[in-house]
Amino acid sequence: MNELIYTLTTYSFVRYALIVGVLIALCSSLLGVTLVLKRFSFIGDGLSHVAFGAMAIATIIGITDNMLFTMPVTIICAVMLLRTGQNTKIKGDAAVAMISVGSLAIGYLMMNIFSTSNNLSGDVCSTLFGSTSILTLSVFEVWLCVALSVVVVVLFILFYNKIFAVTFDENFAKATGVHSEYYNLLIAVVIAVIIVLAMNLVGSLLISALVIFPALSAMRIFKSFKSVTICSAVFSVVCAFLGIIISVLEGTPVGSTIVAVDIVAFFAFYFLGAVLGGRVK
Amino acid sequence: MVQIICKNLSLGYESNVIVKNLNFNVNAGDYLCIVGENGSGKSTLMRTLLSLQKPISGELEFSDGLSSDKLGYLPQQTFIQRDFPASVWEIVLSGRCSKEGFKPFYSKEDKAIAMQNIKKMEIENLKNRCYRELSGGQQQRVLLARALCATTKALLLDEPVSGLDPILTNQMYELIDNLNKKEKITIIMISHDMESALKYATHILHIGKEIVFGTKQDYLNSSIGKGFLSNREGGAQ
Repeated sequence: MNELIYTLTTYSFVRYALIVGVLIALCSSLLGVTLVLKRFSFIGDGLSHVAFGAMAIATIIGITDNMLFTMPVTIICAVMLLRTGQNTKIKGDAAVAMISVGSLAIGYLMMNIFSTSNNLSGDVCSTLFGSTSILTLSVFEVWLCVALSVVVVVLFILFYNKIFAVTFDENFAKATGVHSEYYNLLIAVVIAVIIVLAMNLVGSLLISALVIFPALSAMRIFKSFKSVTICSAVFSVVCAFLGIIISVLEGTPVGSTIVAVDIVAFFAFYFLGAVLGGRVK
Repeated sequence: MVQIICKNLSLGYESNVIVKNLNFNVNAGDYLCIVGENGSGKSTLMRTLLSLQKPISGELEFSDGLSSDKLGYLPQQTFIQRDFPASVWEIVLSGRCSKEGFKPFYSKEDKAIAMQNIKKMEIENLKNRCYRELSGGQQQRVLLARALCATTKALLLDEPVSGLDPILTNQMYELIDNLNKKEKITIIMISHDMESALKYATHILHIGKEIVFGTKQDYLNSSIGKGFLSNREGGAQ
């Protein structure tokens, strides 16, 4: 405990990592409920591979700030994927899988052919599994993350009722005059932004965990949309916090530690849900 | 008072025309049943009425203050909803969503209307229950209460009794009939159940190779109606 307090007060990078980690976890869990219920659990995974591919290309063509290129590309793919919905030639899951592995392959290929770095596998590995870059955040990046998170949370609260209506029954919402396409677009853009931000934290292979574990765990116990959303936000924040603390103290990789904590908590919720049965409303 | 006018409507997807030369009117207070075989275009017609898709040609007009977004809609259940964590209250209230425009939260009036419709459907005791734990009949009542939140004039129902047992089916029909008679809500229903269609409806629209539209009596006098009746008598013997 003393060691923890000492670490927190002495090293600003630990505080930054905590702030950013907790905020990203909060944002991803809010949208996670909607994505899981819309059967788009895998979109996080797919989009993060797109972000990986985009990042590789950005590095090669020499864009210094990766995010300027990665963010728009990911947003465009997110919009395309979520738009597909029901009436398309390639169904949702197949489209996600296709774009996901496609951009992963292109990204790796590009890095291999054009790479100027002499530690290629190290670069690839850190992009996939999360690097230590969360521990080397600059003050600007922290503020950027704080600002974007505030925007995401405010948007989510403002459009909470619409998001519920569109998630529960898109046709009904559309038929009664809710502009569901705008809200789908909003969800797509927000999830893309979160994923590009979260790549720093857990790396592109593990982002799905931040999206699905909180939502699935909360759904074990709670039974109204509001309580599930609130519970998954709290779940995600607590797990991210614990994960980062553990990883700093024990020197384990940040991303996979957070996901490990998520898994443990998921099983705790699972058994709790089984024990409680139908008692919690 | 005419609420919906369809003139020479052709329906379908892209170049694939499913229904041609559809002509019918719906008046306030009518109870219209849309019948026809599978694939004859009943659901396409319903999607067109709801503006979820555009007609290929022809005219579809709303009057008497009705428009496609003022229609209440009872859809068939989607597979997403079967394990959706939502309370009955949340679902019914979401029927008011479009009435809010871009305002983020529900007003007191919205909540009052939602509560009123919950009472009307006699599901007050289920208000805080989880939707996925309800029986099929209860779920239909919840969705009907939601549809009523979106309209005061006309309801579109897409096979409202599919998957219900005979007792619940009868209850559902009585409930819908009540809305029609007491609340003067226009009912447009897709149905496979000819017996009940003939029992409750005032008008029948038969879609298929031949299109027949008219009052129940017109329909029974048409060749298709007669064919149906003789089949039924044949089946009973």
